[in-house]
Amino acid sequence: MFSFIIKRISVAIPTFLGVTLLAFALIHMIPGDPVLLLVGERRLDPEFYRAAMQRLGLDQPLYVQYWDYLRQLLQGNLGESIVTHEPVMSEFLKLFPATVELSMAAMLFAVVCGLAAGMLAATKRGTVIDHTVMGAALTGYSMPIFWWGLILIMVFSVHLDWTPVSGRIALEYDIPAVTGFMLIDTLLSGEAGAFKSAVMHLILPAIVLGTIPMAVIARMTRSSMLEVLREDYIRTARAKGLSRSRIIIVHALRNALIPVVTVIGLQVGTLLAGAVLTETIFSWPGIGKWLIDSISRRDYPVVQGGILLIATLIIFVNLLVDILYGVINPRIRHSR
Amino acid sequence: MHLEVRKLMLATTLALMAGTSMAANKTLIYCSEASPSGFDPTRQVTGGDFDASAETIFNRLTEFERGSTQIRPGLAEKWEVAPDNLTYTFTLRKGVKFHTTPYFKPTRDFNADDVIFTVQRMIDKNHPFNKAAPADFPYVSDMSLDTNIAAVEKIDANTVRIKLKTVDAAFLQNLAMSFASIHSAEYADQLLKSGKANQINTQPIGTGPFVFRSYQKDANIRFDGNSQYWRKGEVQLDKLIFAITTDASVRYQKLQKNECQVMAYPRPADIKAIQANPKLNLLQQAGFNLGWLTYNVQKKPFDKLEVRQALDMAINKPAILAAVYQGAGQPATNPMPPTQWSYNKKLKDAPFDPAKAKAMLAKAGVAEGTEITLWAMPVQRAYNPNAKLMAEMIQSDWAKIGIKAKIVSYEWGEYIKRAKAGEHDSLMIGWTGDNGDPDNWLGVNLGCEAVGGNNYSRWCNKEFDTLVVKARTLSNQAERTKLYEKAQDVFKRELPFTPIAHSTVYQPLSKSVQGFKVSPFGLNSFYGVTVK
Repeated sequence: MFSFIIKRISVAIPTFLGVTLLAFALIHMIPGDPVLLLVGERRLDPEFYRAAMQRLGLDQPLYVQYWDYLRQLLQGNLGESIVTHEPVMSEFLKLFPATVELSMAAMLFAVVCGLAAGMLAATKRGTVIDHTVMGAALTGYSMPIFWWGLILIMVFSVHLDWTPVSGRIALEYDIPAVTGFMLIDTLLSGEAGAFKSAVMHLILPAIVLGTIPMAVIARMTRSSMLEVLREDYIRTARAKGLSRSRIIIVHALRNALIPVVTVIGLQVGTLLAGAVLTETIFSWPGIGKWLIDSISRRDYPVVQGGILLIATLIIFVNLLVDILYGVINPRIRHSR
Repeated sequence: MHLEVRKLMLATTLALMAGTSMAANKTLIYCSEASPSGFDPTRQVTGGDFDASAETIFNRLTEFERGSTQIRPGLAEKWEVAPDNLTYTFTLRKGVKFHTTPYFKPTRDFNADDVIFTVQRMIDKNHPFNKAAPADFPYVSDMSLDTNIAAVEKIDANTVRIKLKTVDAAFLQNLAMSFASIHSAEYADQLLKSGKANQINTQPIGTGPFVFRSYQKDANIRFDGNSQYWRKGEVQLDKLIFAITTDASVRYQKLQKNECQVMAYPRPADIKAIQANPKLNLLQQAGFNLGWLTYNVQKKPFDKLEVRQALDMAINKPAILAAVYQGAGQPATNPMPPTQWSYNKKLKDAPFDPAKAKAMLAKAGVAEGTEITLWAMPVQRAYNPNAKLMAEMIQSDWAKIGIKAKIVSYEWGEYIKRAKAGEHDSLMIGWTGDNGDPDNWLGVNLGCEAVGGNNYSRWCNKEFDTLVVKARTLSNQAERTKLYEKAQDVFKRELPFTPIAHSTVYQPLSKSVQGFKVSPFGLNSFYGVTVK
């Protein structure tokens, strides 16, 4: 297992290099620069422009800028935002917990509902229930996030008045950021009603963000379950007279979970991509919204640093999934 | 009996306490549209940034009257302008306190040192503070303060003199603009000594109506009402919170649910619903802006006046107002909005007449099917909410007179860069007034020195330019008005661009909000505002 992890980490190094180059190249390929965008239709004094570009180091040739960026990176310095002058790392750390909290809630929703729906569809194969559940999953998968978010807000927040429209917590609560996770911070603060407010604020964004992964998990669980249910050992278990629920949960589900876990791991990327839109609709102060704003402002250090940090995260999660395989299924061992 | 009286007294006291605490806890939540880039107004350019800093935390020497383009005394109680119009002597207000916060405790009141620091920092690139916290000041450069201020001197603790190199009739207006907010020199010293100069952008200290408390990026900004504010009675809120909400539809949903009481920039499509909502008020004001279609007069065939006139009279403005502005705008005839003093009321548009336009083009030797480029902005602005649609409408209007317009668009920074280089044939652009001075329209957008800059028509007309340059050097408003009116006559005769529309600015707010005024500059201020 240990050598496997080392091998995987060493493979990750060229991936990181590729990511830095790609992030750098892509953001610089988009026309326009931060100074021009800042000034907009205002009058632009050429001397001011020259001085600003020089101060930001953007007057250097691209390869020099890239080399400087790599050198800084090796020293653990991701640079500072052109717009806010804050270090990229500190901005990321402030916003990241919000994205993690939202993604975890969304994942919880996706896994619980997705597994349940998939199992239900598999066990009721070919029935109306199967078709309804799979139809709903397909609809969920095809739902444009922006539209879905607005519809949920209109129905549940404005019309039914069940949930708040947006934000992480009602503004009457001024919760100090200790961990950055609102659910934990509200509990720590001890303010009455704050935790409930945070939970209520989390519901809609988690559903919106979790819808696509839920649909994927539901479909995967169904097909994987169907395959497993045809296996000999299931027939044996039935013949042994085990109860139906025991067969499905203990024998079938555990084995059906392996491809599902892979899919769950892959959904982390989908979640982060979906977080961009979800965070925008629900005014959720996470890294998705931060990156989008930085791209539109050509805040090069933030875009480069943000992409690198997210890539790191995805590589790490994939590694974790590989390790998890072994835990779920003892037949797969990475010790070789 | 005795017990009853005590109970009654207790109940009355509790009721009174409850009443006081309710009255003392007036909170207003404003759904703003974006996170600010920071809280140092000197560095900023956008209205949203200024709302969160200059308009709340800071004051300036002169200030705009709320909801108006007229100036009133701010931190300068009064001022004198020397006969040469180059020397301004400001008498500063006494007893004005800078904010006390966990990160700064002022030991003295506002005085001349603060003005000197603020101005020096703006004009001197080698100022120690600029070395410690390097930043760009686009507006200082835009309004030419960095090049035009010759000196700033302290006469005594409460008197400051600023000398200019050339006469600038709009100087007092420029000082009233958000970017010229006055910083505390004592706080700047503290930051320099502790090696944290950049904190001027994250932990602001001003003299304004609200004291900065906290900021969570992309979530909220919290302010407390300044109980020591020098303009007595103007701060009526105990707490002011900006709930940062990027999406306009979501802002509207939040307003409906009273999750905020004032919202920034509604979508034009939501205006009707807002008007019909019994819980909401919709304030509106003619925008201090102008969207126009410019002709590059250095290129053929736009160098010919008849061609420009023909293209101008072929544009169906009422249709554009209905479709692009969704009725929320007024047709424009002048190169400035009607609310700008010196607006020439006599000017009229040529009547919409495609047949005559076609004949004029033929007469000018422009062949049918001539191809030109029509540039459409990639961004939405108050002065042009949908440039692409406007371009398509103009394209179809011009097709009727035999002109084939090809719509071109670039990313915004690139668009401006190429437009300033004069690559376009015709182009959409616009302006929102900065300081309420006519020169900010005519000089900035049509002056000869602005060719290669904001004069996208690349039109340099001697008669026009002489009038505008002369008006800039006069201080008498009546005399200046005459010159600007003449300049507008020249503009209308020569038509370097076709003014399209001034958009109406809408401000939706809850009926519980009182005293809010719409700023012509598109800013949102909360002093003088209260909630029921």
